[in-house]
Amino acid sequence: MQTCAVRPSRHSTFTHSTSATGYNMLTKHEKELIAKIWDKMIPVASDIGAECLLRMMTTFPGTKTYFAHLDIRPGSPHLRSHGKKIVLAIAECSKDISSMMVTLAPLQTLHAYKLRIDPCNFKLLCHCILVTLAAHMGDEFDPVAHAAMDKYLSAFAAVLAEKYR
Amino acid sequence: MVEWTDKERAAISDIFSKLDYDEVGQKCLSRCLIVYPWTQRYFGAFGNLYNAEAIMNNPLIAKHGTTVLRGLERALNNMDDIKNTYAELSVLHSEKLHVDPDNFKLLSDCLTIVIAAKMGTTFTPEYQASFQKFLSVVVSALGKQYH
Repeated sequence: MQTCAVRPSRHSTFTHSTSATGYNMLTKHEKELIAKIWDKMIPVASDIGAECLLRMMTTFPGTKTYFAHLDIRPGSPHLRSHGKKIVLAIAECSKDISSMMVTLAPLQTLHAYKLRIDPCNFKLLCHCILVTLAAHMGDEFDPVAHAAMDKYLSAFAAVLAEKYR
Repeated sequence: MVEWTDKERAAISDIFSKLDYDEVGQKCLSRCLIVYPWTQRYFGAFGNLYNAEAIMNNPLIAKHGTTVLRGLERALNNMDDIKNTYAELSVLHSEKLHVDPDNFKLLSDCLTIVIAAKMGTTFTPEYQASFQKFLSVVVSALGKQYH
């Protein structure tokens, strides 16, 4: 079962020093593809967000420790409203990926000083977001879309962790 | 020894019963080479990997994808002793192929996503958890003989 290793993952494409320019790893076509996919998720943000969280907490039970204050049973309104917040934040940011550092500044502060979620967990949620997108999009979530989305979510996670220390 | 619940065994068997090894093998391996391009380092003798389209149409990659899925089937058929079942494969990957064991996880993530795309929402969170537990045991067994 996946747990967070003490050492940083060798496969994290983004480190502290490169995350500021992480979005430069995306081509114009990839940015458009990412924005288009997230735009479709906005009307179903609660469903998609709840599913991502549920997949993460079922596959990686250690992540449940961050939700002791919520009802995280399948279908719970807490899960749906929290999932919706996450999906909308990711979708909003995808509309202007080049401005990621500015758009995410408040969320950076929130995660660093208040939530203090160990950043290794971001990767676990990102993976479950990819699985959710694949389950809903089928063949449309082809390798090119997958690669673009993985890069975007990695950059998003790296920026979110920027203020931790 | 790894403990499997009846539900986990059933989920994993059900998933495998729905897989066309040729189709899923090709999709999984080509996806890994596209999403994580550094993994192409192990496939220098496989011909044209120049871009996503070339990779997806490469017959040697497709054939190797089937080989990988057949290897996973061996784990499925020996779920109570995957470690020993994979001892030789682990030695092969370490001493002959020189594959960084971190890469096994990348391929297993791609396989999970290919299966999610194929099964849609019937690939439930519980199915995902069971399957990822299976894959993490496989990945661990493959890395066991490295030294």
